[in-house]
Amino acid sequence: MLEGLIGGLFNGISIGAVLLIVALGLAIVFGLMGVINLAHGELMMFGAYTTFVVQNVAKSMGGIAPDLYIFAALPLAFLVAALLGLLLERTVIRYLYGRPLETLLATWGVSLILIQFIRSVSLPMVIGLVIFAVLFLVGRWVLTRYTDWERIQSWANPVFLGLSAVISVLAWVLISSGTSAAFSRAWFSTRNVDVTPPSWLRGGISVGDTLQFPSARLFIIVLTALCLVAVYWFLNGTAWGLRIRSVTQNRGMSACLGIPTGQVDAITFALGSGLAGIAGCAVTLLGSVGPNLGSNYIVDAFMVVVVGGVGKLVGSIVAALIIGVTSYLVGSGTMALLFPPTAFFQPVIAFFTFFATTSMAKVMVFALIIAFLQVRPAGLFPPKGRSVEL
Amino acid sequence: MTTQVTTQPRRAAQASQKRKFMIEAIAVIAIALILILIMPMVLTGFRLNLLGRFLALAIVALGIDLIWGFTGLLSLGHGIFFALGGYAFAMYLELNTLGEGQLPEFFGLYGVTELPWFWQPFNSFPFTLLAIFTIPAIVAGLLGYLVFRNRIRGVYFSILTQAALVVFFNLFNGQQKLINGTNGLKTSTSVFMGQAVGSDGMRMFFYISTVIALIAMYALCRWLTSGRFGRMLVAIRDDENRVRFSGYDPTAFKVLVFAVSGAIAGIAGALYTVQSGIISPQFMDIAFSIEMVIWVAVGGRATLVGAVLGAVLVNMARSLLSERFPDVWLFFQGALFLIVVTALPDGIIGWGRRQFGSVVSSALGLAPTDLPYLEDTDPAVVETVAETPEFAEK
Repeated sequence: MLEGLIGGLFNGISIGAVLLIVALGLAIVFGLMGVINLAHGELMMFGAYTTFVVQNVAKSMGGIAPDLYIFAALPLAFLVAALLGLLLERTVIRYLYGRPLETLLATWGVSLILIQFIRSVSLPMVIGLVIFAVLFLVGRWVLTRYTDWERIQSWANPVFLGLSAVISVLAWVLISSGTSAAFSRAWFSTRNVDVTPPSWLRGGISVGDTLQFPSARLFIIVLTALCLVAVYWFLNGTAWGLRIRSVTQNRGMSACLGIPTGQVDAITFALGSGLAGIAGCAVTLLGSVGPNLGSNYIVDAFMVVVVGGVGKLVGSIVAALIIGVTSYLVGSGTMALLFPPTAFFQPVIAFFTFFATTSMAKVMVFALIIAFLQVRPAGLFPPKGRSVEL
Repeated sequence: MTTQVTTQPRRAAQASQKRKFMIEAIAVIAIALILILIMPMVLTGFRLNLLGRFLALAIVALGIDLIWGFTGLLSLGHGIFFALGGYAFAMYLELNTLGEGQLPEFFGLYGVTELPWFWQPFNSFPFTLLAIFTIPAIVAGLLGYLVFRNRIRGVYFSILTQAALVVFFNLFNGQQKLINGTNGLKTSTSVFMGQAVGSDGMRMFFYISTVIALIAMYALCRWLTSGRFGRMLVAIRDDENRVRFSGYDPTAFKVLVFAVSGAIAGIAGALYTVQSGIISPQFMDIAFSIEMVIWVAVGGRATLVGAVLGAVLVNMARSLLSERFPDVWLFFQGALFLIVVTALPDGIIGWGRRQFGSVVSSALGLAPTDLPYLEDTDPAVVETVAETPEFAEK
């Protein structure tokens, strides 16, 4: 009985840890900036694909590389996702602060583009993208230098964007139709790919006769804890963390005191996105990687943020653990076993057995969340004062 | 003297109002006649069926416009209500096809020998007609009440509706024994009023019903949004706290309008189901529900015509593009989201009004109209923009 309880708790915590590592970046971006990033799952997916690439490189290197690739993959996944997030913030989200519903739609659009990008990325397409970037950026630079940019900006920007886009798409189509199939092959295709975990993360640690802790799950729990510590240190122990917190509390006053709010926004968003990359790297240990990876996690992660309350990381931690343990207990049917199988408890047992699958557990957890929000509408740890109004 | 001064403008305004109403009514009837009489002659059966589906989707768009464009509630879960309406009608059709005492075929696969209790009432056609819009309305009303009661709003509401969508998807997807799970219910071979649903005659019947339903829903939304109720919705969108301080209860209005919107989506779902031939949990896909929002955004928020136009245009673009270049569609759709949010917040209709509005209204002899949706009306935007130094410069 005790072993069963510990096993159940461990599984619940490990589900919670996955949820938490996904939700951590969201909590930062949503909690500190008020931006709903529906592309968070796709940033995760980019982290996962980065891991896939790193693993393939490690495999070709041989030796002990396939066992240690994960330590190279983690920072690289962080970097790729953070850079992508930075690009996203600078080009789209920057213009949408204070309009959360609009960011929601815009980031959904971005997520669609990212999904299709992974599906059909190929060498000609990358060449097309480079052409686009060069044409647009260099062209704009030339124009700002030699013309009255302020005056022509309003029409020149869209025209320039359109022109560069058309030329680069043409280049993409021409190159991919004019070259060999091997050259223009899609890199990842639409099918799921498998990432083999390092050998020391396969198997598990056994305690006693029945208890078995899978190493991958343990690794994720440790990784989540490390990420939490790092984020806490960054937010509370560094100069940029101080600036981020001050901008969160009062943007106008921070700007008056000389804090570059634009840069702070960019860094916060990049940090949140980078954490998504790490989460993506972590979930490769649990299953195969596909273009739709992100959508499996995003809704649950948002639930964690909503239950936890906005702006407090500790809320997300508690919420993730509670949701993880609850969905494991309900989904595995442990709840049904808790009651003695007498006729009196039969309806209760039947009720819990009905919900004893992973997908039906979601139904129950959602009902519980709605019930919980009736009592505490602003989550476990609501922010105090006027900032509650979003 | 004074009476003249006050009444004359009012009378002029009333006359203009009346004239506007007449023009609109004539335009709507003309479009309906074109859709019913001319389109079947011009289009092939396949294309007409597609158009019918798009018009059914336009009905959902109307419902979304009602809550998002007018009331400011962004629902990402309208797939629930759409699918509930569809399932209600599909269940009736399943039962209607069978003889007395028979069970739908799929029940045999899972060893179910008795009709589940919630299938029983769908033997009756009047009940089904009622259920198509009351069940979604009740579900929407309940969800709305539980959420709005606590003043949960804005993005939280959106996220919760999305989570509800996932939950309903799981609920329908996992229950093979009750509702045939992933496979959904096929309606194309079912019998309705003595004819197969997939037959040409029935298709025409459903097409015409869709046009009529669209007109009716348009009229309903027009009526709801034009009077005091509509002004209340806009007030809630623009400043809910002020509405509350003025002594109104925004919760009741929000629940009501959300329920109405759910009912509209249910009707659309039923009409879409019979024209597409199947209802399955795929209708509760996350992507599909967000797409519904983009139809409204493309056409123009808070303009009912825009919702209809946007739904039809985006879906036509989708069927054209995904037929020829399946890879490009997602890129295009993603770009559409970005463009609509950043460059065209008023959608096609808003843009058109700004460009050609004065020309058109003077040609029709009307007073110039204001844009119903302007970004500046959102106080949060004005505040943040004023607060942010880099925006204040511009």
